[in-house]
Amino acid sequence: MGEDIVSEIMREYLQQLAAKGTRVDGRKLDEYRQIEIKKNVISSAEGSAQVSIGNTSVLVGVKVELGEPFPDTPNVGVLTTNAELIPLASPTFEAGPPNEEGIELARVVDRGLREGRVIDLEKLCVAPGEKVWIIFVDIHVLDYDGNLFDAAYLASLAALTCTRVPASAQGMGEDFPLPLNGLPIECTVVKIKNAMMVDPALDEEKIADVRLTMAIDENGNIRAVQKGLAGSFSVEEVRKVISMCQVCSSKLREILKSS
Amino acid sequence: MSGIGMENKPKLVDENGRRIDGRKLDELRPIRIEAGVLKRADGSAYVEWGENKVLAAVYGPREAKPKHIQNPARAIVQCRYNMAPFSVSERKRPGPDRRSVEISKITGEVFENVLFLEMFPRASVDIFIEVLQANAGTRCAGITAASVALADAGIPMADLVPACAAGKIDGQIALDLKKEEDNYGEADLPVAIIPRTKEIVLLQMDGNMSQSEFETALNMAIDACMKIYELQKEALKNKYKGEQEVEREEVQTPKQEQR
Repeated sequence: MGEDIVSEIMREYLQQLAAKGTRVDGRKLDEYRQIEIKKNVISSAEGSAQVSIGNTSVLVGVKVELGEPFPDTPNVGVLTTNAELIPLASPTFEAGPPNEEGIELARVVDRGLREGRVIDLEKLCVAPGEKVWIIFVDIHVLDYDGNLFDAAYLASLAALTCTRVPASAQGMGEDFPLPLNGLPIECTVVKIKNAMMVDPALDEEKIADVRLTMAIDENGNIRAVQKGLAGSFSVEEVRKVISMCQVCSSKLREILKSS
Repeated sequence: MSGIGMENKPKLVDENGRRIDGRKLDELRPIRIEAGVLKRADGSAYVEWGENKVLAAVYGPREAKPKHIQNPARAIVQCRYNMAPFSVSERKRPGPDRRSVEISKITGEVFENVLFLEMFPRASVDIFIEVLQANAGTRCAGITAASVALADAGIPMADLVPACAAGKIDGQIALDLKKEEDNYGEADLPVAIIPRTKEIVLLQMDGNMSQSEFETALNMAIDACMKIYELQKEALKNKYKGEQEVEREEVQTPKQEQR
């Protein structure tokens, strides 16, 4: 990632704008870039979605296969989330096994889906201790221009909402939609100097002091949190992030529902 | 290619010489090519080829790293062909397997024939091919996409490289096999050419063909490459046509506010 440098003049410009409550692309601090959601884009997957937030674009495919449950949870299905920062998406991504950024991305998306109880995994048990449905959520980043967390999460959630469990191929009756409980939404806020903003674009993300991602459910409750980068928040600032995420998550949920 | 699972073999060519998807023996699947689809890459292209969906991105010429792979006389070509886990019916484990490594190598070698590499000593031209949805013929779709992406990146090259396969199904030579035809057919012969000189830059085969069948298949594939060449040029023209229109609009309506 060594080449990913923001010039001093750009850094100062972004900081000045943030202090004035605005951004280089004219957005307000609590405003997302244009969001587009396309569902069912890959026919070889059981569910899929391509989500773009501004120039950032993420493709998620969901595969559903039969397999063994974990021994400690013999009667619940399995959710596996994997992210690939493929070198096609950015000059700074490298080929090879997932690095720590890719693993953090997959785990933050996984935590939002899992702790938000998005999938009713207990309904995915076929034979306790022997056979359950395994849900593979594969995140494929296509274009990286900041805020991968929100794009990857939204694409994963959108793909799950149109996933069908392929029961008929296994001779187990009709295919059925994946049983879902709710739609918690992840939102990411970064702090630049003392200003806080949602949906950081690439340059904003690179100069951010600290980052906070929260999954918020329909009731406004917090289901998962991840703080990132070296900086810190005050308690007051965390409160502010919560209310920003509550407002933005309901907007994103509406966009997802109408897609 | 032959022998396994042949008891379930469907009829691939009917009495009227039509194939399972209604194509004639020398007919291509529908092909759509779009240039410049990604924002971060220096050049990119998207190809839909029947049920194949393939994305290619090009970065470079940029400094080759690590240093010991640099060539002081010319640029090197590095290619990575990768299949998304959800691109096939049974989930593919992420990361390179032996097949992807081989396809990456021969694809890189294809482009060494047309790129003016001596112009960029010590540099690397990096080609990334991502198969998002696979239905036989992905290496040809990948090469077709990659050459449009190279042109889109503005890298000096002698010509575009189109690629297409021909094969043998139910004892007859047929163009551009789809998955069922590849699985149950008798041979597959992927070809890539330099259209201006008709040089063959990719040639592989598996299966069983007589010399005359081989020559028929090769000629059929070369004829198809010439058609694909036109589609590639069209895709590049369309991209620049679009840009010209945008420029004209910008000249007519000067920006109303400076942000």
